[in-house]
Amino acid sequence: MFGPKGTGDTSGYGGLVAKAAKAGSSERPYGGYFDEVTDNLERAYPEFSDSIERVVIDRGELTLHVKSEKLIEVAFILRDVLKFEMCMGVSGIHYPEQSGRELHAVYPLLSMTKNQRIRLEVSVADSHPHIPSVVEVWAGNNWHEREAFDMFGIIFDGHPGLTRILMPDDWKGHPQRKDYALGGIPVEYKGATTPPPSDRRSYK
Amino acid sequence: MTTFDPYAPSRETTEGKVFSVTGGDWDSLVQEIGATKEERVVVNMGPQHPSTHGVLRLVLELEGETITEVRCGIGYLHTGIEKNIEFRNWTQGTTFVTRMDYLSPLHNETAYCLAVEKLLGITNDVPERASVIRVMMMELNRISSHMVALGTGALELGAMGPMFFAFRDRETVLEIFEMITGLRMNMAYVRPGGVQQDLPEGAYTKIREGVKLMRKNFKDNATLLIGNSIWMKRTQGIGYLDLAGCTTLGITGPVLRSTGMPWDLRKVQPYCGYENYNFDVVTADTCDVYGRFLIRMNELEQSLRIIEQCVDKLEKLHGAPVMVADKKIAWPAQLALGGDGLGNSLDHIREIMGTSMESLIHHFKLVTEGFRVPAGQAYAAIESPRGELGASIVSDGGTRPYRVHFREPSFNNLQATPAMSEGGMVADIVAAVASIDPVMGGVDR
Repeated sequence: MFGPKGTGDTSGYGGLVAKAAKAGSSERPYGGYFDEVTDNLERAYPEFSDSIERVVIDRGELTLHVKSEKLIEVAFILRDVLKFEMCMGVSGIHYPEQSGRELHAVYPLLSMTKNQRIRLEVSVADSHPHIPSVVEVWAGNNWHEREAFDMFGIIFDGHPGLTRILMPDDWKGHPQRKDYALGGIPVEYKGATTPPPSDRRSYK
Repeated sequence: MTTFDPYAPSRETTEGKVFSVTGGDWDSLVQEIGATKEERVVVNMGPQHPSTHGVLRLVLELEGETITEVRCGIGYLHTGIEKNIEFRNWTQGTTFVTRMDYLSPLHNETAYCLAVEKLLGITNDVPERASVIRVMMMELNRISSHMVALGTGALELGAMGPMFFAFRDRETVLEIFEMITGLRMNMAYVRPGGVQQDLPEGAYTKIREGVKLMRKNFKDNATLLIGNSIWMKRTQGIGYLDLAGCTTLGITGPVLRSTGMPWDLRKVQPYCGYENYNFDVVTADTCDVYGRFLIRMNELEQSLRIIEQCVDKLEKLHGAPVMVADKKIAWPAQLALGGDGLGNSLDHIREIMGTSMESLIHHFKLVTEGFRVPAGQAYAAIESPRGELGASIVSDGGTRPYRVHFREPSFNNLQATPAMSEGGMVADIVAAVASIDPVMGGVDR
């Protein structure tokens, strides 16, 4: 549970950064309503196998990994045929070590009609961070996409007004990316100096 | 033609004449604006406007007193909480998330902890007593949050009395919070695996008395506002948003329930054992500010009902654990009141300092480094006073969150401001925003 695995590091902060485990597609049966959702989507969307890269069931949640160029098609079918009428925003994630797909956008969907939840995940390269905007499908994602753009630099093509929302308009950089330092100033107290969090040994 | 007014200086820009109003003589300002012969006026309302609920900025395009276009400007309270959490361990995360939506800190903590517990795979191992305490604290918090919504909402429409009653009743809740957690807000009381500590002695009596007092006191605001003709004129038919509008904009909470849709996550997707309580989902079918006001008023009574059931359950579960049994995750939850404030219980200190070297090492590692959370992502949603509060949390297997993102209901619902207010009067946008009840700490995070 605690401590180093393999490195023999006994500094007390050994192996703090572990690589994210990337599982492949899950095996059927998925359990619960996940089989039904996937079957219905396959029926309603002939290009399913071409557009959905992976179907992952983890911790009782279904994640569909969608190719970014197919996102809008899938979104319309999920909304109109499978009745996922609400999109609970988009959350950006930056995985600098996943070369070619560093930036992920995660869309939690909710169906009030069927009382179901699923999640869409789209990943794009940092060198070309373009994802089609789902604002035409779920208008309420407007501000959420602006936030993801502000914080991660993901460009949502077709968004009606993709500007910064939380940071000032002239801000440089995208603060929640992993290559953006937390910042802070060292604090001196009675001769001893506490460095800003991102410079402390425990956070390196 | 006009004389220089130090309180309302004006300057020419490419967009037209700009006036900066800082107080002083409104008559001279009105005269100057009248002299421009311009029908269309753009007004900046906020971010320091008392009726905009904190630091919300509304850019209003007006024709006369009618709003033709609204834009919301947010971000004035952005504090980088989500970024900061990535540099703290999982338990310390609760201290950050509690500061997001500062009117419902316990909901933020619970949403965060439910997501962390989902990642840890210990959702079913959280002791029942801890879940009941969470439910009770969340319902108390719902009351204190609705009290601010009602009180400030009324104040913004010019009614001062309801605010006094609301803040008096909120005080009852805050005193209970202070007794149980030591703090009135931002308590970091809910922790991954359970709660920070058990209820203190005398808590059941205090809560029961508080519930009794509040049930009596709530009548004051009800008799003052329900059916009040001035109040109804200011709120009925104002801020209209129907079910289709709510769905497309992702609106949840009292605004959604005011369209007649009985969508309450406590009922439809229960968490923390909400399925074991008797309560009703309150709805209205008017889609307006008055309907939302009635929903909040009636939800108070439902929360009181749940709290009473919680106290009954807690009395039966007296002495049961409030933290998961797994010592690799559970932060020491047996606290004692020492001479210097709150500290670990003497038994715990005696053990780690005097008896067991392993316990000392374990305590040190758990508190400094923290526990590891298996890699993956989870989304936990709860019904906060403002709607669906979702915590999307990603772990890379380390002792710190890789990414924490909150789906804040205030952030999302504020998008409805243009739909609710365009075409209406300036005075009504205040009512519409108050009925959304946005908390800027949650909007900007």
